[in-house]
Amino acid sequence: MRETKSLSAPRRLQWMTATVRNVIDETPRVRSLVLDIPGWPGHRAGQHVDVRLTSEDGYQAQRSYSIASPPEAPKLMLTVERLADGEVSSYLAGDLRAGDTFELRGPVGGYFVWTAALGGPLFLVGGGSGIVPLMAMLRHRAAAASEAPATLLYSSRTQADIIYHAELEQLAGKGDGFRLVHTLTRDRPPGWGGLARRVDRAMLEETGFAPAETPRIFVCGPTPFVETAATQLRDIGHAAHLIKTERFGPSGR
Amino acid sequence: MSQSPISRGFRGRGRSGDTVTRVPPGQRLVTDFPVLSAGPTPPVDLANWRFAIDDGDSPVGDWTWGQFNALPQTDLTVDIHCVTTWSKLDTSWRGVTIDALLEAAGLSEPPGPFALIHCDGGYTTNVPSEDLVDGKAMIATQFDGETLDPEHGGPARLLVPHLYFWKSAKWVQRIQFLDSEVPGFWEENGYHIYGDPWREQRYDGD
Ligand SMILES: Cc1cc2nc3c(=O)[nH]c(=O)nc-3n(C[C@H](O)[C@H](O)[C@H](O)COP(=O)(O)OP(=O)(O)OC[C@H]3O[C@@H](n4cnc5c(N)ncnc54)[C@H](O)[C@@H]3O)c2cc1C
Repeated sequence: MRETKSLSAPRRLQWMTATVRNVIDETPRVRSLVLDIPGWPGHRAGQHVDVRLTSEDGYQAQRSYSIASPPEAPKLMLTVERLADGEVSSYLAGDLRAGDTFELRGPVGGYFVWTAALGGPLFLVGGGSGIVPLMAMLRHRAAAASEAPATLLYSSRTQADIIYHAELEQLAGKGDGFRLVHTLTRDRPPGWGGLARRVDRAMLEETGFAPAETPRIFVCGPTPFVETAATQLRDIGHAAHLIKTERFGPSGR
Repeated sequence: MSQSPISRGFRGRGRSGDTVTRVPPGQRLVTDFPVLSAGPTPPVDLANWRFAIDDGDSPVGDWTWGQFNALPQTDLTVDIHCVTTWSKLDTSWRGVTIDALLEAAGLSEPPGPFALIHCDGGYTTNVPSEDLVDGKAMIATQFDGETLDPEHGGPARLLVPHLYFWKSAKWVQRIQFLDSEVPGFWEENGYHIYGDPWREQRYDGD
């Protein structure tokens, strides 16, 4: 096995310089960065990059960020939620402006990936900024004109915190087999047509596909959100190997 | 490193004084205990829990939960380093060293130069056998004086603290010793075949 592997030199993940072309305010705390990256090797929906920032005195900080754009898009998009005392996020979703540069490398991660060729049904469960890699999958599904049945269950704190709100509604309106279910955990605005509680087992059962339909399931968000939803999905009867998870942190303790 | 372009206006805050010599390049200290797993956390079932050592396809030892806990237990306080860039200093663990397991199986050394670690959920990771012996690794069942949380790999996880923490596979069930190196699940998915944090071996080719 070692021999066969060393025949093809491993593809080294090089640090590349990204230039910010555009900054999009998605919500009061969340910002998308549209990037130019000469030499970007391409990616699959669901993968992430490692970002490295360097200060004037040479100090560096690295974090992972999911890719929001589909493989078909000409430019890479990241979407970053600004955390109050976040070392990297408060810079990327704060001071950073169009024309600025930073380093990144990738794509990283080969298992939290969906390609149209894999087909459906596809059940996406996202909490907060955990929508980011799921959005890449939905954008890829649309770009590839896939009609694989797909459902997104998306939990946000308040209506104002819903990331990609307009684009999600537009995708859901196409009638191509994509169904969108919102739930809000801290808000129930007048006229709200979605759900208004934390994701629970009943919600996963009612909105998702039956285990017999063997949906591919992707769960992404803060660690406690992912822990709970993934365990409930398994309890409902979905096979563990069909439940893929990406935990953004922190531990919640 | 000095080639990196400056990120205009980025100051950062992680410079950590005298602990810095214990923190590998590209890592930062955390006080909580983040979780990284590719799927759901498996339910704990101690009645049916088994741990086994195989030489290739032949079983050479296996233990129930009760038998495993009757083996000599070792305490280990170590620094751990996750590939997602967090490090945690002075974590304390209790479990059975691989040396003690080999001895209990009647072996004086690993039966093969490479090990493939098998876990609940079908996950695997590969570690050279020499990185598992001489007190360098254990099967841990306690963290910080308490039963190891399922989220963190309980009932039992491999602990190989000198490699990136994905090698310390959660929900471990079996160590298979082999004559040649077989990349595990994470390694097949682009992570480094060895994973030394001090050489920043995060991804294939680093
Ligand atoms: C594979 C992967 C993909 C990711 N993709 C994205 C993405 O697309 N968009 C995105 O915004 N983030 C994403 N994250 C999280 C991201 O990597 C950082 O952890 C996050 O931006 C916080 O970094 P920071 O430097 O700002 O905060 P730190 O300075 O590291 O932490 C500051 C404080 O925030 C807490 N904290 C750390 N992480 C989180 C979190 N995720 N939620 C709430 N509190 C937290 C810490 O405990 C600490 O108290 C991803 C993480 C992983 C592992």
